[in-house]
Amino acid sequence: MNPVKAPLDTVDRIMLAHGGGGELTGQLIQQHLLSQLNNERLAPLTDGAVLPWRAGELVFTTDSYVVTPLEFPGGDIGRIAVAGTVNDLSVMGATPVALSLGLIIEEGLPVDVLDRIVASIAATAREANVEIVTGDTKVIERRSGDGLFVNTAGVGCLPPTVHVGLEHVEPCDVVLVNGCIADHGLTIMSVRHGIEFDSDLRSDAAPLNGLIEQLLTGGVRVKFIRDATRGGLAGVLADISEHRQLSIEIIEAQIPVSPTARHAAEMLGLDPLTVANEGKIVCVVAQDHATSALEAMRRHPLGRKAAVIGRVTDTQPPLVELNTRAGGRRIVQRPYGEELPRIC
Amino acid sequence: MCLAIPGRIIECRGDEALVDFHGNRLEISKIMTPDAAPGDWVLVHAGFSICTIDKHDALETWGYLQQASASETDEPVSDLAGRSVPKLGGTP
Amino acid sequence: MTPGFRELRDQLARLCNKISRQVQIMEVCGTHTTSAYRNGLHAMLPENLRLVSGPGCPVCVTPQRHIDAAIELAAENDVMIATYGDMMRVPGRLGSLEKLRARGARVHVVSSARSALQIARDEPAASVAFLGIGFETTAPATAATVLEAERDGIENFSVLMCHKLVVPAMLALLEAGDVPLDGFLCPGHVSVITGAEAYRPVVQRHAKPCVIAGFEPQQILLGLVHLLQCVQSGRARLENVYRAVVGDMGNRAALDLMQRVFVTADTPWRAIGVIPQSGLELAPGYHRFDAVRRFSLTLGEDEDHPACLCGQVIQGKAEPAECPLFDHGCTPLSPIGPCMVSSEGTCAAWYKYNRSAKALRDLPQSQEVSG
Repeated sequence: MNPVKAPLDTVDRIMLAHGGGGELTGQLIQQHLLSQLNNERLAPLTDGAVLPWRAGELVFTTDSYVVTPLEFPGGDIGRIAVAGTVNDLSVMGATPVALSLGLIIEEGLPVDVLDRIVASIAATAREANVEIVTGDTKVIERRSGDGLFVNTAGVGCLPPTVHVGLEHVEPCDVVLVNGCIADHGLTIMSVRHGIEFDSDLRSDAAPLNGLIEQLLTGGVRVKFIRDATRGGLAGVLADISEHRQLSIEIIEAQIPVSPTARHAAEMLGLDPLTVANEGKIVCVVAQDHATSALEAMRRHPLGRKAAVIGRVTDTQPPLVELNTRAGGRRIVQRPYGEELPRIC
Repeated sequence: MCLAIPGRIIECRGDEALVDFHGNRLEISKIMTPDAAPGDWVLVHAGFSICTIDKHDALETWGYLQQASASETDEPVSDLAGRSVPKLGGTP
Repeated sequence: MTPGFRELRDQLARLCNKISRQVQIMEVCGTHTTSAYRNGLHAMLPENLRLVSGPGCPVCVTPQRHIDAAIELAAENDVMIATYGDMMRVPGRLGSLEKLRARGARVHVVSSARSALQIARDEPAASVAFLGIGFETTAPATAATVLEAERDGIENFSVLMCHKLVVPAMLALLEAGDVPLDGFLCPGHVSVITGAEAYRPVVQRHAKPCVIAGFEPQQILLGLVHLLQCVQSGRARLENVYRAVVGDMGNRAALDLMQRVFVTADTPWRAIGVIPQSGLELAPGYHRFDAVRRFSLTLGEDEDHPACLCGQVIQGKAEPAECPLFDHGCTPLSPIGPCMVSSEGTCAAWYKYNRSAKALRDLPQSQEVSG
């Protein structure tokens, strides 16, 4: 039997022909994408989605997602693709309205993997209460790549009452995080070939728009929010310090890191401060709003372990500094690039 | 030059052992600590146990690894915010 | 019970006050360097106590010729390279393994020599070379892995031997005679294997105190307290504050593994030169696992940048800032010398934490945390 002419459901891997724009492409979209993602804006399969819009400002963002392996404890590429873009909109202060989904699939990707990832995309979108309203699928020749690349773009609506941005950050402001850091990056490490280990760690990938909305509508004067993804907590703090030319002091003992993550970081020779997260935000608030911000975060399930970790100062030159458990002090910088496990 | 951390042996199969590091489990070779048995604490470097350790010593030397962070200990919110903020640095 | 951080800091201050001159201690091991920086210990040390980083970081002392050999293996011989992550960015003459991987070579980061062997097992058609770096702590792991390869008949596995020994390097440093050192903070995990007595020649021949300490901040501070007590009393002693894991005679099983599989050899150290009997090579019975022999590689000479002071820096003879390349062409993003590569490299650590040392000193005192 010619495999290309076989019904799709007897084919267990994506083939180049699935991207050819013909019958198989239609089957792929209908049976494997629309079946899970369907909504009234996506269903007509027009070239673009028409969204009603009220007056005011729109926030527009895009991000591409590449992760090895595609599935890992606590998530998969689909979950981070939806949560990541939702979070990028949310940290801007916007309410996410709609996402686009672009899939670049490598020939040979098992269909059941694709199905699980699309199911995860659908579930995460429901969790974030946002719809995927337009999309695109391409199939590329088999390479030594990772099988699936995802791009999501998103639009959100910026309420006129929200003013978050680096320009609002001032000395004496307080810095918070919404929970334990480093879980995502360490989880990915734990399933990577050559360094793998079994772990109770799970990725923290999650859409944070609910948490952020709770914070923004709870009467807290929120000045700045950013999700601490690649580059970790250190990366975000270095960004704030550099852009505002202000210093930030953080306290090691206050930074939430689970003992399991701390052990994993020690095993790999990594600093939890520079390890990636997919469900953590750094939030800067006015000093007298620290307690209310913390309470607002802790009321949300994704902020139960939120903590005040430090504050902004006008010390010059601008540096991020860590007061260590040992009672010492050091400068924190963003990592070089790819974090590699070390033995030394 | 040599990162090594303590873990507890869960099970042994010949020269191999499964070691728990507070929720992370690694297959290691215990060829350098042939007498190590399940329940023993070992110091592990690059996938090999390099010595056995007394549990008390392990917990004393690496105790901080087990400690929960401040925010995980369910301190009252006001206390945490109040305690951490004013003590930072000398800037007004 | 180990004394708390504040108590240790106060003890150091009192001792330094009594000694009342500049004291220079070499922490031989790169992991001590990293831990001291990561835990911010330099901010806790008295002003007249200076820590000098020694030659105990494989990233810093692996000569260019070995990196070049790995690159040649991958580029010319289609060999898959398996390496600890530490070595990925170390520059040879031909570039680094990180850059080689970007050009399509198969370079795998592993966390154990056994993972490298597993790759060879899983891909019998490929040839896998493991970059054997590190000191006495890591070398027995390579030895055990070679024995496992032999036992299981895994012939597509080889090792590019770069293992080095700590004590010969310490002795060579002292015999050169131009480093003003008051004592050595000795590496805890090397000592687990070698035993505390391995440092006896340093103490006896050169009258330098040696204190073995672990890598937790309390251990480092406690080790320094013991060293300063030696300095103050003027007595060169061998002490061990890491008794929980370090015995006098070391780990017999690990030493036996090394003795079976390796022989000592004169070995080049990057930017220092050849130190007699300071390295390990595969013993004749295991030559077939030697990547250099298997692929008939010729190890060339190193061509370090003429202005680079890395050799001086890892012998405690120069501070990073004295190097004309430091922050002028040589930075952690584009390292020229090896000391700028890994976060524990002396220059990288300086760049990262000390460039603003003055700014750091001017900051208000850190809050007290007791251990």
